Amino acid sequence: MAEQHSNSQSGGGASSGGSGFGGGQRSGGGGGRGRRDEKGGRRGMFRRRRVCKFCVEKIDTISYKDVRMLSAFIPERGKIQPRRLSGTCATHQRKLQLAIKRARQLALIPYVTD
Amino acid sequence: MSARQYELIYIAVPESSEQELADLHALVEGIVTRLEGALVRSEPWGRRKLAYEIGPYKEGIYVLEVLSGPPTMVRELNRRLKVSDRVIRHIVVRVDEVEAVAARRKSARQQESARRRAARGLPPLPEPGEDTPATTNPETEAPEAPAEA
Repeated sequence: MAEQHSNSQSGGGASSGGSGFGGGQRSGGGGGRGRRDEKGGRRGMFRRRRVCKFCVEKIDTISYKDVRMLSAFIPERGKIQPRRLSGTCATHQRKLQLAIKRARQLALIPYVTD
Repeated sequence: MSARQYELIYIAVPESSEQELADLHALVEGIVTRLEGALVRSEPWGRRKLAYEIGPYKEGIYVLEVLSGPPTMVRELNRRLKVSDRVIRHIVVRVDEVEAVAARRKSARQQESARRRAARGLPPLPEPGEDTPATTNPETEAPEAPAEA
């Protein structure tokens, strides 16, 4: 387990081309257990992520400019996804909230969609 | 005491000509230099669809400028951009503090992982410039890849 981890890390550092792929696989492997839970255990239509995406992927800054990343936390209606559904930790939800609101001001993401 | 760094994004009206965009940039640059700030970098995003209509506009030309300077500069920028009819919308955000925190957290994490590696008796992670680990890494990676595929 420990070996594997250090391997994938050094692999990511060594080849920048393959790092994206390796990174995706790594998080896929880590989140695989959680994802199966989501599908099997949930009655509702919302998937539940147990862990904070930003903590797991070690994303330090949540920028209002990164629309692709923010849109992952904005359901169809355009509201900010609550913590209990996304699994984001309090610290990051706060930062995410600020980023989303800034992005809204700049018409990067909508206030409402219907 | 270092100067504060800000990000300014403004949305110019979609009909703006190259000249008008250059004028806007000059306006910003003028304010910044006059108030003893510095233009760190300028990054035009180009034409983008707005997520919602703002007045009659459905798209706009986004421009990002990274600036450093005193708070008075921000006040002046806000004032001038607000009255400009060439700018649909703008925002100024302070970034230096957030970036400093992020950098601190990153270095703390790297130190911690280095410490844990050392505690496990593993050699320190190779620096990007080093030769020997770079040759060993593809070897450890190579047998893995076919197995995963």
